[in-house]
Amino acid sequence: MTKHTPNLKAQKISGGVATDQRHDSAHKHVSGTAVYIDDMPEPAGTLHGCLGLCTATHATITKMDLSAVRAAPGVVDVLTAKDVPGENDISPTGRHDEPVLADGKVQFYGQPIFCVIAETREQARRATRLAKVEYKELPFVTDIGDLDPRKDKLVTPPLTLKRGDAAAAIKAAPRRLKGQMRVGGQEHFYLEGHIAMAVPGEDEDVTIYSSTQHPSEVQHMVSHALGVPSNAITVEIRRMGGGFGGKETQGNQFAALAAIAAKKHHRAVKIRPDRDDDMIATGKRHDFLVDYEVGFDDDGNILGVDFMFAARCGFSSDLSGPVTDRALFHCDNTYFWPAVHAQSAPLYTNTVSNTAFRGFGGPQGMVGAERVIDEVAFAVGKDPLEIRKQNFYGTSDRNITPYHQTVEDNIIHRIVAELEASSDYTRRRRVIEAFNANSRFIKRGLALTPVKFGISFTATHYNQAGALVHVYTDGSVHLNHGGTEMGQGLYLKVAQVVAEEFQIDLDQVKITATTTGKVPNTSATAASSGSDLNGMAAQNGARQIKDRLTDFAAEKYQVPRDQVVFLPNRVRIGNQEIAFADLVKQAYMARIQLSAAGFYKTPKIHWNRDKGQGRPFYYFAYGASCSEVSVDTLTGEYVVERTDILHETGRSLNRAIDLGQIEGGFIQGMGWLTTEELWWDGKGRLRTHAPSTYKIPLASDRPKIFNVTLADWPEASEPTVHRSKAVGEPPFPLGMSVLHALSDAAASVADHKVCPRLDAPATPERVLMAIERLRAKTRV
Amino acid sequence: MAKLKTRNEIRFILNGEDIALTTVAPEETLLDWLRLNRSLRGTKEGCAEGDCGACTVLVGRLSAGRLVYESVNACIRFLGSLDGTHVVTVEHLRGDGEKLHPVQQAMVDFHGSQCGFCTPGFVMSLYALWMRSPEPSDAAIEKALQGNLCRCTGYDAIVRAARAISSYGKAAKDPLAAERKAITAKLAAMKDDSRVEIGSGKQRLIVPANADDLASVLDKEPGATIVAGSTDVGLWVTKHMRDISPVIFIGNLDGLCTISENKGVISIGAGVTYSDAFSILAKRIPTLGPLFDRIGGEQVRNMGTIGGNIANGSPIGDTPPPLIALGAQLTLRRGKKRRTIPLEDFFIAYGKQDRQPGEFVEAVHVSVPAKGKKFAVYKITKRRDEDITAALGAFYLTLAKDGTVADVRIAYGGMAATPKRAFGVEKALLGKPWTEATVETAMAEYAKDFTPLTDMRASAEYRALAAKNLLLRFFVETTGTKAPFQVSRYEAA
Repeated sequence: MTKHTPNLKAQKISGGVATDQRHDSAHKHVSGTAVYIDDMPEPAGTLHGCLGLCTATHATITKMDLSAVRAAPGVVDVLTAKDVPGENDISPTGRHDEPVLADGKVQFYGQPIFCVIAETREQARRATRLAKVEYKELPFVTDIGDLDPRKDKLVTPPLTLKRGDAAAAIKAAPRRLKGQMRVGGQEHFYLEGHIAMAVPGEDEDVTIYSSTQHPSEVQHMVSHALGVPSNAITVEIRRMGGGFGGKETQGNQFAALAAIAAKKHHRAVKIRPDRDDDMIATGKRHDFLVDYEVGFDDDGNILGVDFMFAARCGFSSDLSGPVTDRALFHCDNTYFWPAVHAQSAPLYTNTVSNTAFRGFGGPQGMVGAERVIDEVAFAVGKDPLEIRKQNFYGTSDRNITPYHQTVEDNIIHRIVAELEASSDYTRRRRVIEAFNANSRFIKRGLALTPVKFGISFTATHYNQAGALVHVYTDGSVHLNHGGTEMGQGLYLKVAQVVAEEFQIDLDQVKITATTTGKVPNTSATAASSGSDLNGMAAQNGARQIKDRLTDFAAEKYQVPRDQVVFLPNRVRIGNQEIAFADLVKQAYMARIQLSAAGFYKTPKIHWNRDKGQGRPFYYFAYGASCSEVSVDTLTGEYVVERTDILHETGRSLNRAIDLGQIEGGFIQGMGWLTTEELWWDGKGRLRTHAPSTYKIPLASDRPKIFNVTLADWPEASEPTVHRSKAVGEPPFPLGMSVLHALSDAAASVADHKVCPRLDAPATPERVLMAIERLRAKTRV
Repeated sequence: MAKLKTRNEIRFILNGEDIALTTVAPEETLLDWLRLNRSLRGTKEGCAEGDCGACTVLVGRLSAGRLVYESVNACIRFLGSLDGTHVVTVEHLRGDGEKLHPVQQAMVDFHGSQCGFCTPGFVMSLYALWMRSPEPSDAAIEKALQGNLCRCTGYDAIVRAARAISSYGKAAKDPLAAERKAITAKLAAMKDDSRVEIGSGKQRLIVPANADDLASVLDKEPGATIVAGSTDVGLWVTKHMRDISPVIFIGNLDGLCTISENKGVISIGAGVTYSDAFSILAKRIPTLGPLFDRIGGEQVRNMGTIGGNIANGSPIGDTPPPLIALGAQLTLRRGKKRRTIPLEDFFIAYGKQDRQPGEFVEAVHVSVPAKGKKFAVYKITKRRDEDITAALGAFYLTLAKDGTVADVRIAYGGMAATPKRAFGVEKALLGKPWTEATVETAMAEYAKDFTPLTDMRASAEYRALAAKNLLLRFFVETTGTKAPFQVSRYEAA
């Protein structure tokens, strides 16, 4: 940052809240100077690690001959489970079910069983292939379709939500139906893969640069694995090349192994897995089988719903408990279920342990809810949008969720009404009907789907944050907080909040790397909570300093406190104005503390999991999207013709950043429900472990017409930071409109009389097969 | 033949610096060299297989004497294949004085980056596009970005930036444009008609001086690995850690990179890249244009060759089925001996081709379809662009005056262990009136012609169903219908 001369006459600071600032690192991103961990200069003598992955799906290891590995050129060490000096466990929820390196038994194909440490990364990779491992195979199960959610092994206790008597309501309903939906998982495909570099210090100390959304957890896991106190471990991260939940817990393994090797060999150690290894050995979004039964009347009013959400969790619990909980928390989406029973089954499978991914189970819950809506719409012969609207939560009644929280801030009616009008839904519906009547092979489909997303960690204690604010004697500010930057613009938003608080230009605020040494005991940057929590904590820190400055000025200049006013880059004290930097200098000379630790905890929230009741969410975020597709009914290929989105983020801190989150979230959600398919072969091997086989959306998969609008009228119902609302996850399920538009197009081959029951991801194959099923039914 | 000089160093230009390397490992990639040896860490590794584009750099080369800059994947581009080129990385971009380059400034202003990791790659792809086409259409932008993955932005902001680049500066005034003459002269001077040989024993690489030299090198080294675009062999190294020494780099080789037409037969040298072939093929056989647009991403098309696509014998290569349908011939050469065979005979079994030790694919010859012939090719993938074929069908039909099928050739990829003709289907069509009823009868023959596999790209059932439906699509297309018979992102030009 070049030396800045603040404008002391400005009407407004530059870069305060509610201004469209560019990403703080944008100029570095485009010039290749933004430093990611692999770009840092390595300390002299840095060693490189490579994980040895097992080649059995479920087995005991009968022999592990690593002699050729050890003898390979450049190899310094080969770590196995016995080399873990502390606890061989990185289970983030303390269930002790996830070893750093598998010890004697492997539970999924690709589980790490050893780690080669060599002079170069290439030598480590080459040596890894020389291992001779023998296995005694055990029976395995990879697909949850082969399991009974009520009987088979779970990785963590399930959750039940109920309100009213769902079974009775369904039984008493004039009409009822049941079905099952498969909702696929998703690979994060952060462009920067996992990486950790550990630099040993004196005594027990080690500093780890880890591409993680959760530095405090990495700190704890490394301390357990090393068997040293947390205060010996410092974890730092300036930026990640994408996270999306995939770096909430999954970086622990790489950090722990790098740290173990670094302490053992007194040399820096870097571990950066190859993309394929990263995709094989780290967890993904949970896929679900959703069983549903619904009772409704002839008008399509839903009277009772019963859900079973069975999830493929993989071999360990990881975050599967809270993920499957959140699926249940969103099995209502925007709908009031008069009577509801919903149950989760976090199933054990011999697959990689699934983990957090943007939405954290919520989108899977919502997809289940939308399937129910579709079923009812087809059953009563109405446009699904009508069924959606008539089952929305009310604003003053019909507003109790399945977990007994009252929806107090419902704005979905207005969001959907505005989008329905701006997308020209009704007219296009007619145009599409006419098109389909005249087009033999190409069919169009249209759908408008709503989103309501609950904001807060459902683990209530996670809803706290800290920040560290220093004001230096030249008036420049150093900002640090517990949140991590993965591209979402969190650092920028929090800096805008601090600039606003001090009334100084944004470029006076230096954004610094997240480190456990500055702000301790932080929560993961997850659950869309980043700016809500850290923005408030930083604001609190800034306010403490501002208060001291105010007290100081009032006393020094002998004016009442309310005559000390922070104006842009200056402070009015009584009748005079002095530069902010000058006041700071004077305060320093008077020995006023110019540093503060800010803190925030979300009010109002509570949750009793045993009872399935409480207020887990501080508020809800809303949006809706409308998509139109063309489908080739000969091959199932499709294109998205147009998508309209209306989404809200309260009183946005930065509309440009929020729009980026909405556009990116939608595309990522669309990818999840369309082309992104995880595929295991009969031997339990994941075969889609590289971008050549796992297909995330491209620029040419964007809707041909893409209208994204940020609603300018909402504001947060609760006193959030400047009345803004969270934006990380809520836009992700907007992608549902594409799935439902595809379903709508498929339905046209059977005159919209049969629910296509199109599962996700709706690859061209699934679309064609759904069309074939419908054709077969209409032929009879 | 005059005795060739041999040179023991690779020479190229990196950004503004002349490079001469005498030690180059055969499998050393440009990306590792940039990042590890040169500490140029703006170029990122995202996948190490040429799919994500985070490692995109530009390589300038003389093509028929003209300097062209093309985006390539540094992760699978071998360092040894860069002789006589100008490598341009993101570090070389700059605007006036302290300013960012127009491409960079547009990306910043339009919020085209979020996490920023893919961004240098996008910048380089857009840079290549902008130099070539300063006011690109949306279709051109999307085509240029097919080989760049972004997981954060959803791309719209990047496309908005791409449309605006020329409002930030003129492509004609770009430093690379200004230095064009000097660089051209430098690269021309580097071409000294020498054979390059580096290393010894198990660490050996050879860059022949020209096609004749390749023939003599290969005659002596019949077991050598031949690498043209390295879009496949690159992965042998980055993913399978295979040793490829001795390796012969034949990309941009004199005598192997010509594409010419003689009496309606187009001859494509084995070193011709997809991008180079596109300009002629898309004009002369327009059906192939849209197919070529869906092979890999731009970077892969700039590196990969039709010759390589044939020579590696993959059952899911995209060019053999249409070439087989068109009755293409293949010329193989060993030393001075050449033989020409029907392309379809080259594919013997999975992993087995009719190529003798010491022999190499020299050229493929394809006839331009005569007027009135019907030719179509349809590729089915999970994702429309930059995806590997699940099934691909190519159809070449000659109708008699009475509307019956006089001749038909149908070839598929992804349906068998090799690119394969649908002989049973052809037989069911031959001599019959070209009607939907005939087509429906013939569709039943697919089950006899093909027993496709289930894999991560598609199930056997889907392949079988979609493949035979393509014949119906072909029929509908030949009726000249105005109604849409397939989905498309862009209206037909």
